[in-house]
Amino acid sequence: MSELTAVKLAQQQREVSVAEFFERNRHLLGFDNKRKALLTVVKEACDNSLDATEEARVLPEINVEIIDLGNDKFRIIVEDNGPGIVKKQIPNVFGKLLYGSKFHSMKMSRGQQGIGISASCLYAQLTTGRPLRVISKISPKHPAVYMEIGIDTKNNRAQVFKEEEKEWKKEHGTRIELDIEGSYQKGEQSVDVYLKETAIVNPHATILYTNPKAEQLIFPRATDLLPVQPKEIKPHPYGVEHGILMKMLQTTESRTLQSFLTNDFSRVGPGTAKEICQNARLLPNSKPSELTHPQIEQLMEGIKNTKIIAPPADCISPIGAELLEKGLKKEVNSEFYATSTRSPEVYRGIPFIIEAGIAYGGEQAGDQSIRLLRFANRVPLLYQQSSCATFKAITGMNWRQYGLSQSQGALPIGPVTVVVHLASVWPPFTSEAKEAIAHYPEIIKEMRLALQDCGRKLSSYINKKKRVGEAQQRISIFENYIPEVAGFLEALTGEKKEKTIEKMRQMLSKNKELIQQYKEAHEVTKREAEEKEDQIELKGAIEYDE
Amino acid sequence: MTNKQLEKLKELGNDIIKDIDKNKNPSIDVPIRTLANVQFNQKTKKLELGKKSAKRFFFNVGHAKKFLQTLAVASVSKELLGLDKNAHLRDVFYSIKRTIPNTDVNIVDEQSESDKAIEDLELISDLSREQLHITANKAGSVVGSVVIEDDGDIIDWSKLGSGGWSIPSTVEKVKFKKVNAKFVLYMEKAGTWERLREDRFWEKQKCIIVSSHGQTTRGIRRLLQRLNQEHNLPIYVLADFDPWGFYIYSVLKFGSINLAHASETMALPKAKFLGITADDIEKYNLKKHFIKMKEIDFTRLKQIMNYEWFKNNKEWQRQFKLMNSYKAKVEIQSLSSRGITFISEKYLPEKIKEAKFLD
Repeated sequence: MSELTAVKLAQQQREVSVAEFFERNRHLLGFDNKRKALLTVVKEACDNSLDATEEARVLPEINVEIIDLGNDKFRIIVEDNGPGIVKKQIPNVFGKLLYGSKFHSMKMSRGQQGIGISASCLYAQLTTGRPLRVISKISPKHPAVYMEIGIDTKNNRAQVFKEEEKEWKKEHGTRIELDIEGSYQKGEQSVDVYLKETAIVNPHATILYTNPKAEQLIFPRATDLLPVQPKEIKPHPYGVEHGILMKMLQTTESRTLQSFLTNDFSRVGPGTAKEICQNARLLPNSKPSELTHPQIEQLMEGIKNTKIIAPPADCISPIGAELLEKGLKKEVNSEFYATSTRSPEVYRGIPFIIEAGIAYGGEQAGDQSIRLLRFANRVPLLYQQSSCATFKAITGMNWRQYGLSQSQGALPIGPVTVVVHLASVWPPFTSEAKEAIAHYPEIIKEMRLALQDCGRKLSSYINKKKRVGEAQQRISIFENYIPEVAGFLEALTGEKKEKTIEKMRQMLSKNKELIQQYKEAHEVTKREAEEKEDQIELKGAIEYDE
Repeated sequence: MTNKQLEKLKELGNDIIKDIDKNKNPSIDVPIRTLANVQFNQKTKKLELGKKSAKRFFFNVGHAKKFLQTLAVASVSKELLGLDKNAHLRDVFYSIKRTIPNTDVNIVDEQSESDKAIEDLELISDLSREQLHITANKAGSVVGSVVIEDDGDIIDWSKLGSGGWSIPSTVEKVKFKKVNAKFVLYMEKAGTWERLREDRFWEKQKCIIVSSHGQTTRGIRRLLQRLNQEHNLPIYVLADFDPWGFYIYSVLKFGSINLAHASETMALPKAKFLGITADDIEKYNLKKHFIKMKEIDFTRLKQIMNYEWFKNNKEWQRQFKLMNSYKAKVEIQSLSSRGITFISEKYLPEKIKEAKFLD
């Protein structure tokens, strides 16, 4: 009897395991609430599409559609022109948690753990009971494959409910359809904003989006240049985390710890591997799969205490200042743009590149805090702004010198959008939820330098604008004062007002030309002008009004 | 009389029209009113305005508004002269205060701006505010055995009860019918004046007592000057033993920097300082009423010490040095600690009798 119960219990335990895993980790996976769930599903699907198209060297064309099914249920359709997925792999990609090509590789990419899209599939299954529908085609020569996929939560395995060949006029690509429980709201942290921001940092992508209100938004591409394909490198020991290390140890083909370290990591030769083993107090010929938890801890410690060369930087592909500006230009309507890309730097042994951009003026409100757009590996970060390294970098700067107002420790105020992009093989986040970039001093310093570079360009623009504005204003002062002066003169002398106005206006228009000429010929700083102000004749007076 | 004023204002306008006709940046010559352009005339013992002047241009962003304000008050003054009416500074302010069309700029925002423009106009036109038919607040009271005629009324200063005659801002038209006094005693403080009036000090000592209830106005200064010049009455000043009290005396006697152009009609080179002096403090044991000097008091004292007209005055320098060593000041009213009528019955009669003045 008791034996039976135990067996039963064991079965139940296994049955709940995946679902339970999901329940426990839903906040880490981005399904904390209905609104965020909708965003997460769209985000995971788009990330996959963008990664896939880029890998296949195809200019991405992504069609996102969200249909309101009522009762807080939504249908999400994401279609791309990527390379497609071979039939055999389709169930695993969508129906098995922790399955993916990115998990073991050390390369800059949007997704990292291969958990997102299958988690979305599971979420759909749990909230609406409907399987994920996918149609994929790898080339015009092959027919498209249609499948309906669910997750066998008992065994963490894909369950294929339906499989058939289908006519699809696309040459290649993937289209998925999911029904989930969610909630749609516009504004900050919405799907609309997410896709708009995605368009900024992916200027090579065209995104068509139909939101639940049936409004269609088109984010056209601004360049035909695909991002440079980042080189794939093996993980660097400094960037590896406990869980990943464990996984790697279990799946490695190497027989000894030493060969595991040299084969599966970058920048580790036999000498370094031996040193790590020594520092970890482990035998170099231990079998990797047999390491215990405490031993893995020791290994982590050993890695930390060993000096290892930084990984090569060609595994990162920044957007580039020029393309970032193009991206900003098409999505933020402003009058001035400045962007900056820094050279690669290293945090904790992991290379990264910081890029920043500023869009100033235009339709943006001038009496509010600036808009901060944060990105990690071309993915917008919409949550936890104030705990992000970008926020710290910005608030720690003095923006007044760039012509914006700012109170201590706060975001500056002005008609400005600031973009900060962190590109790295392993972007550090403050938590597993991957919503805010961690506060590494090296990273914050680079962010500040990039922003300062943009800030300098901005302030020279603002100053120039101010000067032109002042000259304009001065002319209008005189224009408006002339009738007043003429009126008082008539009262004093009897000289007809109209006559005086006419004469004085002529004097002013002549001097307007002087301003124009002067502007081209000289550049006098404002302070110098003010010092002289008291001793000038007509010509001089107008001259340094510039 | 009025014609001369009207002519001057018209001239101001005509000069500007001439500039415009010559295609020159329209300008007004404004004498400079800072210490740099004020000299102490050793002969007349008055502060006088120098000859430096600055051009105020219309086509200059820094000048345009003041240029406009100057013309605005000039046109108001011209209107007043034409109507033969007087207007108060505040009225002038309101009559030119309006927004310039197409802008959010007012010709004047504060009365201080129109007041300044009027002071400038006085300098530019060489006409006093009174001549421009602009008046200020009346302030101050006077009691004494004097009969005057003002605006057609006969007024006996000794028969006006507890208020006394209140001094108008312009005393030019006042005619003295009978003056029965040996000197004039001026004090800043209304409280002291009340004391002396109630004690009928003016009757007993055959004098005129004047108080300004605060800052000495032009009307009071002119009244004192007329009593001094036309009736040969000495002027005695009663003020606190403090840098500001000394300054009141200084302004009365020599004129002020800001109104240096008006010294001619206001300064009282013969005025004498009666008290409170450092010697009074010793003699009447007022040290227990010391008020500690503040930073700003020391600064002011230092400035006054260095005024040209005090620099070589040994007696005054002695007072300044004593004050510096006390690090304290004393109010007139501290005399009341010796009895409420001590000032009128003992202090003043004694001082005047012994002629213990500072010059």
